[in-house]
This record gives sequence, structure tokens and C-alpha cells, in this order.
Amino acid sequence: MSTTNPPLPGFDVDPRAFRHLADAQVGVELDTGDMILNLGPQHPATHGTLRLVVRLDGERVIAADPVIGYMHRGYEKLAEFRTYPQITTLINRIDWLSSFANEVPFIDAAEQLMDVKAPPRAQYIRTILTELSRIATFVLFLGEMGLQVGALTPAFYGFRDREHILNLIEAATGGRFHPNFNRIGGLKDDLPWGWINETRTAMKTIFDACDVFEDLVAGNEIFEARTRSIGIIPPELGAAYGVSGSNLRASGVDWDLRRDAKPYLVYPELDFKVWTHPDGDSFARYWVRLQETRESARMVLQMLDQMPAGPIMAKVPRIIKVPEGEAWVETENPLGQMGYYVISKGATGPFRVKIRSASFSNVSILPWLLRGVFVPDVITILASLYFILGDIDR
Amino acid sequence: MMGSLSLALEIGWGTTLAIKTIFILMIVPLTALILGYVFLLKMMSHMQSRLGPMDPGGFHGWFQLVGDGIKFIQKEDIIPGEADRRVFAIAPAIVVISTFLVFLVIPAGPDIVVKDLNVGVFYALAVSSLSVIGVLMAGWASANKFSLLGALRAAAQLIAYELPLLLAVVGVVIQCGTMSLQGIVAFQSTGSIFGWSGIGFPLILTQFIGFTLFLIASQAELTQTPFDMPVAESELVAGYMVEYTGFRFLFFFIGEFGTAFAFSAIAATLYLGGWALPASWGISLGVMRFLGPLVLFAKIMAVSFLMFWVRFTYPRLREDQLQALAWKFLIPIALVNILLTGVFKVAF
Amino acid sequence: MKKPKLPGVIGGLGITFKTMLKPAVTVQYPHEREDPPTRARGVIALKEENCTVCMLCGRSCPDWCIYIEGHKEKRPPRREGGRDRTVSVLDRFDIDYALCMYCGICVEVCPFDALFWSPDYEYSESNIAKLLHDKRKLGEWMEGVPEPEPLEIGAEVKK
Repeated sequence: MSTTNPPLPGFDVDPRAFRHLADAQVGVELDTGDMILNLGPQHPATHGTLRLVVRLDGERVIAADPVIGYMHRGYEKLAEFRTYPQITTLINRIDWLSSFANEVPFIDAAEQLMDVKAPPRAQYIRTILTELSRIATFVLFLGEMGLQVGALTPAFYGFRDREHILNLIEAATGGRFHPNFNRIGGLKDDLPWGWINETRTAMKTIFDACDVFEDLVAGNEIFEARTRSIGIIPPELGAAYGVSGSNLRASGVDWDLRRDAKPYLVYPELDFKVWTHPDGDSFARYWVRLQETRESARMVLQMLDQMPAGPIMAKVPRIIKVPEGEAWVETENPLGQMGYYVISKGATGPFRVKIRSASFSNVSILPWLLRGVFVPDVITILASLYFILGDIDR
Repeated sequence: MMGSLSLALEIGWGTTLAIKTIFILMIVPLTALILGYVFLLKMMSHMQSRLGPMDPGGFHGWFQLVGDGIKFIQKEDIIPGEADRRVFAIAPAIVVISTFLVFLVIPAGPDIVVKDLNVGVFYALAVSSLSVIGVLMAGWASANKFSLLGALRAAAQLIAYELPLLLAVVGVVIQCGTMSLQGIVAFQSTGSIFGWSGIGFPLILTQFIGFTLFLIASQAELTQTPFDMPVAESELVAGYMVEYTGFRFLFFFIGEFGTAFAFSAIAATLYLGGWALPASWGISLGVMRFLGPLVLFAKIMAVSFLMFWVRFTYPRLREDQLQALAWKFLIPIALVNILLTGVFKVAF
Repeated sequence: MKKPKLPGVIGGLGITFKTMLKPAVTVQYPHEREDPPTRARGVIALKEENCTVCMLCGRSCPDWCIYIEGHKEKRPPRREGGRDRTVSVLDRFDIDYALCMYCGICVEVCPFDALFWSPDYEYSESNIAKLLHDKRKLGEWMEGVPEPEPLEIGAEVKK
């Protein structure tokens, strides 16, 4: 890529100068100054089909370009031809680890347009399930970041402890990964018998699991040596790039949509702490998510105590036609800030749905963040940012 | 040397050589198998709350590695088009040969040793570092730039950690006054601690720093976590073994686990007393000819347990952190260990 | 490289050692089975006598994986002297499980309670074309449909 090309006839500016680094041929000449490394779409470290083309000078990265789109499934186009319940089913699959949390802002937007409020019990159950999916996502993160850094065992502990949450979600909704439980106006079903006690037991397991991760991974000096001062995101730059969620909170920015933005679900009635860390490096991101897991478990226990009795579905007509209007709802998803902009023209399905996904913006900081780091640190940084490809590509 | 095979038979020199050769050739893959099964498949699985292979062979999956070996052998032998064919083929052989050569001096009983050299320890450590050449050859011959880089890193790591390994062993040699492994075993078995000879004098008591250094350095020599950056570069790039498939990869695998067994055996012999039980227990030599291998095996399992326990728990160090650990930290400690050992040896 | 503090690395070793001593949490699948909860969305079963070929399920499927064909027949009147009844008869009710997303919209939307969830999950095939199951097979799965379980405290009691 660093060779000079003769100018093409008929062009003032060589169009090849604007070629994206991603189009570079990855060659195996033994004598180049810079080497181009293709962390290809299939790679154990990139959580899916992210392609990262880095240009290396020996061990250090000079430039990095993420190439996304290998998993583009066309959600926004699909949503133009489907009804609201059908879209609820599809958007489970955007961020497949915390699938319940994807449905909530969309249903919230539809309910705003219909001017319908779900009954309090439904709101509580929705919040509990959202926090449960947050715990599930984060427990997996705590395990698999250890795996990316080299420790084999935490990954298994992550999957093992996540099973408790998935069993709870399956008992309530019927699906472990894709609950498809929200409906406009409330929820599909109420909880089964004994679910509240099982959830309390599961939360105790989660507290123990967090202690294990703290001892095994966060307290390990080798892990600290691998993650401290690696991949520091300055707070203003992070906010400018649109990084959100735990990544931004780990840089010291005290911003959490559950507390700061337009109130949604039952978060105004809950008493919870927003965790930040001043450092902004990979260790801070790990630490913040660890504390947030514990905080979510505490919130779930609070909500189980406070949950009111009552119906779980408001009065909505059989065939739902959402009146004309536009609504924008954004929520604090486990991966960051997720938003839906729903334009309705009065039909049974929306006219247009625009999805603002968290990982898309989180990944946009990679070209800046990866300059000058060592090659093993690239893996650490990718692991600590915690993006999901379905969320990036939609 | 092997005249007394305790069968009261007159065995000629040629037959003895043949028996020893066949024995060693069989032992090394077998040890690789045992270590691989017990620690890699079963212990790692239980540490991860799962069971590991259970079906192959019916009883807790003991046949799994044998089946894997058969699978590797029957694979197509792929050599990259631009690779240097002869070097490519020889490289895994060199790695395995160095493993075989280490087994020559490890004693398993009063006279169950292939050859008890006067410079046994020196020979064992020298020969085990032959594998570095094999790694470099593998990386170079693969005609793959990333493979070459991985091999260079691996070689740098292996060479860096040779020094703490050797210096740790120097402490043992100073204390025992001999480099012969049988001599070291005898020293520990017949020794006494301040006059009490209840457990002999296992050198781990005074050489605990050396033991720790030896374990850390051998962990790095085997490129096991936390020092497996050359191999787990398969996160990012593939390591020096990437172009190897089939039985060539099997050689690397046997080399890795066989060397793990060999290093554990050396550690058990140098620090824990090897095949010997304390002489004060009064067990006759004849019994020790049968008991010795079992005792040694138990001690090897204990040391390997430590090595693999660390392997499955810790994340890996970055290459520069790894080198800093060796040069700035382990080697000064090893030198201090030698100094203290020398001082105390003269003083007491 | 700072001098390592002992407790951190040693604590980690302690955790893996303790986990090694505890029993494994895995279920040896072919020999032991784990039963999914009652509401688990395993497979869709069809109760043919309830179906009136209203096609609501086929229309509301996000993937359009339900293929329904029916025809109308004339039946004798229930009472003497009345008109002939027209009854819809189901000819074909196929669900293509290769397309099905297991979302449950069809089950929920059916006004006559002809579709049910069953927690059965062992119906994999070696050929993707064999995943198109007809109403006979869907009817067989009705045996696995569990009783709906009681709801949690505080739920509204429906009549």
C-alpha cells in the first residue's frame, strides 16, 4: 500500500488514494516496512464477524480500521414490512446476549405513540427481566475477558453462572435467549409459580460468582499487568465518539440513562448507585462491569420485594393499529445506550424504525484507540470494549 | 552399568542397548499420554466444573488421547508449497529428540537408569534446550511470516528462561557436591536435618527459592500459561506450529507433554528426593527396585499438578512483561540464591 | 514489572482448587436429560379439531413458515329443518421448522386454541427438507403439551 502509483489519465486526484485500508491485499512479502495484519471476520477474539485491518510496524499498531457489515441482517428494512409483534420477535436478535433489553425501548416507543401505559406489575416484571439480562451479559463478559487475556477457567465460570439467569428467563418466558415477551400494553404472561423465590436464590449465586471473579481475575496481578493503562479512553473523546454505557463510565463520566434521562420502566422508584472509575483503561471497564453486576442483583432483589400485584396487560384492541406520530426512546442497555426512532403512519406496522445501537458507536473509537499499542493489547482492548456483532451490524 | 537387571542373567551389551532404546521410545509417548489425560483432560475439566471426556473407552474417557493420536496419524501430510521441505520435516523431530534425550539420565530406582552420567544435571538441562533449535526451524521452514515471528518470540522466551533454570539448579549442585542425579538422590535419601534423619533431607527445605524458580522457569520452557504468548498467539496470529498438521503436530504435542513429564521428573529428583524413600526407613534395595518407579511417579504427579494448576488459572503475560520478569527479577533472585547457598554450605 | 503481591495470585489458585473438588455442573446429555421448564418453546403442536382454517397464524408469522390449505364442505344441519352448514376442513397444515423462529406469535394469536407449545426439542433431522412437518406430526406432538402451570403470587386471576 505504500508504493507510489502512476497517475491515472483523466483524473485530477488519484482515486486510489481514497481507498479504504480494508481493501488492502494482505500479502506475505518478507521485506515490507509495514505489515498489514488482517484480524479477519473469523477470529476467536472479535466476538463475531468483525474484521480489523491493522497496519503494524513490528509489534506496534500504526493504523487500524474496523470493517463491519459482515453480519448485516437488514433490520430496519425488515421492520418496514412487519407488524409490531413480529418486529418484537426480530429485534430480540440484535444484541443476542441481552435480548430482553432490546425489546423494551421499541415497545416503549410504540406505547408512547398509542398513549397506553402498561400496568405497574408489568413494568416491574419488565425491569426485573431487563436487569436479569444485564446480569447475564455482564457475567459472561467477566468470564470471557479472562479468556481473551489468557486464563481458560473464568470463561467456563461465566457460562456456568449465567445458566441460572437463563433458566429463570426460560421459566418465565419460554425462551432462554430470545424471550419475545413484551407486548404493546404489557407482557404476554405472568410469572410462573415459585419464580420469585428461584430468583432470590439465583441472585445469591450471582453475588458469589462476582466474588469469584473478583478474586480469580480482577485480583490477579498478571491480569492487572495486562489491563492497567491499556486502551485509555479520555472522557471527552469518548463522549464525542458516542461511546456509551460502562465504557464511558469507566472513564469517569457519571452518566446513566436509567437515572439521568427521561424516566422509563420503574427506575425512578429504585434506589441504585451508578459506578464510575477514574482511570478509563481496560481494567476500569472490567471493574465497572463487575460492580454493575452486583448493583443489578441488588436492584432485582429490591424489585422482588416491591412488586405490586395486579394485571399485566393494559386494555388494547385485538388488532393494534398505532396512530400516526414519531417517537424516540433510548435506554441503558447492557452494551451501552440503545435507541429506537419509530415513525408510524397509522398502520399495523411502523413506517420506519431507526435503531441506534450501542456497539456501533463503541467500535467507532477503535481507529483512534488502537494507535501505538502492542498487538496483544489489541485483543485486550477489543475484549474490554465488549461489543456484540449483531449490535454493530444490525 | 545395566548388568544387574536382577534377573541373574548374563545379558550382553547389545541386548541391553536394545532394551533401553525400546524402553525409552515407549516411555515418552506414554508419559505424554498420562500427563495429557490426567491433567489436561481431567484436572482442567474439574477445575472448570465439568467432567471432560467420559465416553471414549467407556471408563471416564481414558481412550480419548489414544483416539486423538490415531486421528492425527491418519491425517493428510500437508507441507506448504513454499516451505523448505527437509527443515520442515526435521523440526518436530528435533523437538521430540531432545525430550527423549532428557529421559536418559532420570533415575527411577537404585539401578533403573539408562545411564547415570557424572554430569547428569548438566547434561539434562543442556539437552532440553535443543528444542529451541527445533522451534526456530519450524518457524523458519513454514514460509509464513507470522509463523516466523512467533518462532522468534518463542526462541527469545526459551533462551531467556534457560538462565533461571540453570542458576536454580546450581544451588542444588552446590549443596550436594555432585552433578550426578543418582548422587543427588542418594544425598537426599541418606541426609539428615540437624541430626534427625526421619525424612532424609529433601532439598526443597533449604532450596525452596530454587524450587520455585525451577518451576517458574520450566513453565516458561514449556510455553505454558502464563508464558504461552508464542503459542496462544493463535488468538491473534498462529504460533510457530500453525503449518503443522497430522503426525508432525503430534510430535510437537508429545514433545510438549513429554518435556513436562521430564522437567517434573528432574524437579522431583533434585528437590523432592526422586525415587528414594529416606534411608532411615530401612527399605532394602531389592524392594526399592519395584517401589522406586512408583515413588518417583507419585512425586512427578505432585509437581506436575502444581505446574498445570498454575497453567489453568492464570492469564498470560505479554512478551515484554515476560522478558522483564526473567531478566530483571528471576535471574537476580537466582544469583542471590546461589550466593546464600554457598555461604551456608561453607558455614554449616 | 512490579513485584507481585502474593495474595492475588495465590487466591486465584485457591478458587480453582476448590472448584476442582466440587462436583461438576454438567449434564451428560445422551445418558441423562435435563427437563426444560413448562413454558419452554420447544415445538409447536396442532390440535386439528379446533382449527377453523382462519389463517390468522399463517398471516402473523414473521417468517411466513406456516402453509395452510383448506376447503369448505357442506355438512348436514344440526337441527332438522335448518340450512346446511358450511364447515372449513383443513387439508394441509405444514410448519417449516427450518424457517420457524420459535417466537410463538402463531400460538398466541390463534383464536380457537388450536396451537400449543410443547417442550420437546429432540426432533432434529439429517436433511433440511425433512424439517417441514405436516399436521400428522404436529398432532403427535400434542401428547407432549404440558398442563399450564399456576401463576405467581400477585397475578391477576383470569376467568
